[in-house]
Amino acid sequence: MKAVYFAWVRERIGKAEEELDPPADVATISDMIAWLKTRGQEYVYAFENSRSIRAAIDHAHVKHDAPISGAREIAFFPPMTGG
Amino acid sequence: MPIPTIRVQRGTFDAAAESAALAAGRTDIGAIVTFTGLCRDEGGRLARLDLEHYPDMAEAEIGRVAEEALRRWPLLGVTIVHRYGPIRPGEAIVLVVTASSHRVAAFEAAEFLMDYLKSNAPFWKKERLVEGTDGGWVDAKREDQEALVRW
Repeated sequence: MKAVYFAWVRERIGKAEEELDPPADVATISDMIAWLKTRGQEYVYAFENSRSIRAAIDHAHVKHDAPISGAREIAFFPPMTGG
Repeated sequence: MPIPTIRVQRGTFDAAAESAALAAGRTDIGAIVTFTGLCRDEGGRLARLDLEHYPDMAEAEIGRVAEEALRRWPLLGVTIVHRYGPIRPGEAIVLVVTASSHRVAAFEAAEFLMDYLKSNAPFWKKERLVEGTDGGWVDAKREDQEALVRW
């Protein structure tokens, strides 16, 4: 699957997108965040206050308990400040 | 239900022209509310905002918010334009135009749309200050999240 990052999540991780292949026991957005945090200090930094991070699966907002199976693109970003 | 007009663009827009386009050739519209959100200079310290967005999601999410407004109010038309990229103080950022037979629906729907766009449309503002430095990412306001409760 493709992971995409925006705003300060992108800046902290140091990349805008990447292809990921999480292990089979990574079932939800929460699991995904926990797994990403094992990948390096940049991810620990980006997700240090993980409850404030928003996620989207295939371009629609989801909560952290959402299942990720079948997702083509998962996005992580801070609370939005549009308008 | 009318089909909303939604655009996500880098360039500026003409609010009067968008409003006129919504009403063109129609005689059933009794009220049009046009809201334009502008970039403030924050007391003179802001040089510009850089608006980052999620291109693949932005139009889809704005569309979902517009569809919800169309379900809740008897609207005859909706136009939403949201800009991204560098935006200087005095320039417009976002446009919401709602049309209905009577004013209450148009007023309420425009407020609903703006409240939801602020918290749900995938845009993020970064401040660039007049002294040439990076002012950091704008924090989401608690009031903006709380504003959703009334709907």
